[in-house]
Amino acid sequence: MKKIGLIIRREYLTRVRNKTFLLSTFLLPIMIVLLISGTVALSLKGKTTHRVAVLDQNGYFKDYLKSDSNIRFDFSAGIDSLNYPSKNCTAVLIIPVLPEGQKTIYRLKYKKQMGISDINDLERRISSAITDHLIYNKTNLSRARLDSLRSASDIAELKTYSDEGKNSKASSQGLAYGIGYACGFLIYLLTFIYGAAVMRGVMEEKTSRVAEVIVSSVKPFPLMLGKIIGIGAVGLTQFLLWIGLIVVLAGVAQAFIPHELLAQVNHLQQTGGMANASAIQTSEAARQIFEVKQAIATANWLLIIGCFTYYFLGGYLFYASLFAAVGSVVNEDPQEAQSLLLPISMPIIFSFIIMSIAAQDTGGSLAVWASIIPFSSPIVMMARIPYGVPGAVPYWQLLLSMGMLAGGFLFTTWMAGKIYRTGILMYGKKPNWKTMWAWAWKKQ
Amino acid sequence: MPMLEVLQLKKYFATQKAVDDISFILDNGSIFGLLGPNGAGKTTLIRMITGIFYPDEGNILLNSKKFNPDEDAARIGYMPEERGLYKKMKIGEQAIYFARLKGLSRHDAVDRIKKWFVRFEMQSWWNKKIEDLSKGMAQKLQFVITVLHEPELIILDEPFSGLDPVNANLIKDEIFRLAKNGSSIIFSTHRMEQVEEICDHIILINKGQKILDGSVSAVKQEFKENLFRLTAHPLPEDNRSSLFDLLSKKADCITLRIKEGHSPNEVLEYFINRQSLISDFRELLPSLNDIFIRLVEGTSVSRQFQNIQS
Repeated sequence: MKKIGLIIRREYLTRVRNKTFLLSTFLLPIMIVLLISGTVALSLKGKTTHRVAVLDQNGYFKDYLKSDSNIRFDFSAGIDSLNYPSKNCTAVLIIPVLPEGQKTIYRLKYKKQMGISDINDLERRISSAITDHLIYNKTNLSRARLDSLRSASDIAELKTYSDEGKNSKASSQGLAYGIGYACGFLIYLLTFIYGAAVMRGVMEEKTSRVAEVIVSSVKPFPLMLGKIIGIGAVGLTQFLLWIGLIVVLAGVAQAFIPHELLAQVNHLQQTGGMANASAIQTSEAARQIFEVKQAIATANWLLIIGCFTYYFLGGYLFYASLFAAVGSVVNEDPQEAQSLLLPISMPIIFSFIIMSIAAQDTGGSLAVWASIIPFSSPIVMMARIPYGVPGAVPYWQLLLSMGMLAGGFLFTTWMAGKIYRTGILMYGKKPNWKTMWAWAWKKQ
Repeated sequence: MPMLEVLQLKKYFATQKAVDDISFILDNGSIFGLLGPNGAGKTTLIRMITGIFYPDEGNILLNSKKFNPDEDAARIGYMPEERGLYKKMKIGEQAIYFARLKGLSRHDAVDRIKKWFVRFEMQSWWNKKIEDLSKGMAQKLQFVITVLHEPELIILDEPFSGLDPVNANLIKDEIFRLAKNGSSIIFSTHRMEQVEEICDHIILINKGQKILDGSVSAVKQEFKENLFRLTAHPLPEDNRSSLFDLLSKKADCITLRIKEGHSPNEVLEYFINRQSLISDFRELLPSLNDIFIRLVEGTSVSRQFQNIQS
């Protein structure tokens, strides 16, 4: 046991002291932030205005189809379904002679493909145009009255609360989705990063023949375990540094908020967001900060961080020993590792796909079962937990999932240990899963 | 007193009887040559003695007690043929790590490493990485790591490969010194002249079985062919005799084989009676190289895979 401590220490220190550790610890969050803001910026910038020519013979839609920055309707008389590209239109909408009464087919001809959301948007506008037209024509409402009714009816806002017996708590679906997705993604990413690190470490020891020297003083199993625990500790360190980084950055960000604004936010907090005009003038910015603060306060951070740590470690331990087993059987050829890795990476990738479904539909049977079975539970369960325990995830599911994960990694570690023991000293033999399977069940 | 006893050791793999019933005894402070062609089973045998493999059958006794890999690891130092060091790790740290795995405290490890580094003139290497070292330098470090914890049993697999003559001599002297201080050394190599120079005792294995066992001089005696070389002047013109066969003649020097039932004295008498002035007369013992080739030749050079259903 003293020796396994030595091995853990070496694995940990050689990695943490390495410059790439610090670099990756600070660069990875920056890269993720850049990636997200980059895609958001691109998608905002990429929004172009579609000019849609409307061939409306009866003039039925002229006053009802509303243009905005996304879609502009052009009712000019000179446009037809042939010359619309020359008139700077991306598409032409052909209105049938009798638009109302029964479900009628509208046709859209385009030169440049419009996205699915644009098409949905267009369809919605046509429907509401028909509704408006009908109301205006069949009742005595004036146009002005109709418009004011429309804007007056657009005031509903849904606030959600999770029911926890006596007191209910404000919740934020958007935030829960965001946290769940982010946690699942992070575990997915870290499982691969640290799993691959374990595999590379094992391959390094095997190809440089260090394994043979060490195995003459330590049994292979503690050697493998020491490596896995050491690298897991590196991962945990990195995770803690990230939390520290977030706290520091949040503090720094707050320091940059002007003093007045902060006072306004505090005021909003005291009055519960119901500050009216008579009190301090609250600016739009203060209201936004207040809302973000409110939303963050709705999440159970202690539970989320606790569960994340458990599922990160559990998922890592579950897969790391399998990565170690693969590393132990390959010779110098990285190609061999590639093909052997497939059965390990497939379940991880599938878990990620299931996770993105589970983050939206936490109660679905796919989400429930995938968050209990240890192959996928670390990634999938983290997508469900931010929605609330025991609200979205009953206690029995959480406990069963955690228990099965613990059992799962004990099993994979035990099995991988047997493959590792044989593989680490075997040279020149081209490995495949069949022989590895045989080694796993070999006695002694 | 025997330090190591290997008794009827067997290890079968799926396609080979790697070690098939090998026994030998190693005395305290002796240097023991483990010889055999490629694939004879040397590495498997060594791996069982170092506790890396469990034998299928047979026993290993260390100081007359059953060998226990977990406890006895600290009493063995093993230097495998393929050198094993972490390329990215600093040399001092690496040596400390391996020493501590063998059970030394950090303090003791640093002390001893410093002493060895001084002895091998490696002090300036402490903060270098293995990837900065030449092959011979890495070899020296590996040797230091192997013997650092003062093991009673030292197993060296081709310790001189890649070393220049100066460094090879350095290591050779250390091997003698360690043996003199009571360590037993198993020395595995293909270089027979090194074996003749260093080893007290040898065994030769082939195809998983021991085919020769004895002290270097006894083995040579066993395989001698009664060959002698004589230098004398003048040599008689006609050297046909019932005492010996003449094998070669070169100026005043002849090589002859004494026939069964005759002694060197009779041969000397024969030449003295012919007024030859003898300046040199010596027995030609076979080299280990010759013995090795004679024993191993004829068996197929590379070992064939066989099916073992047992």
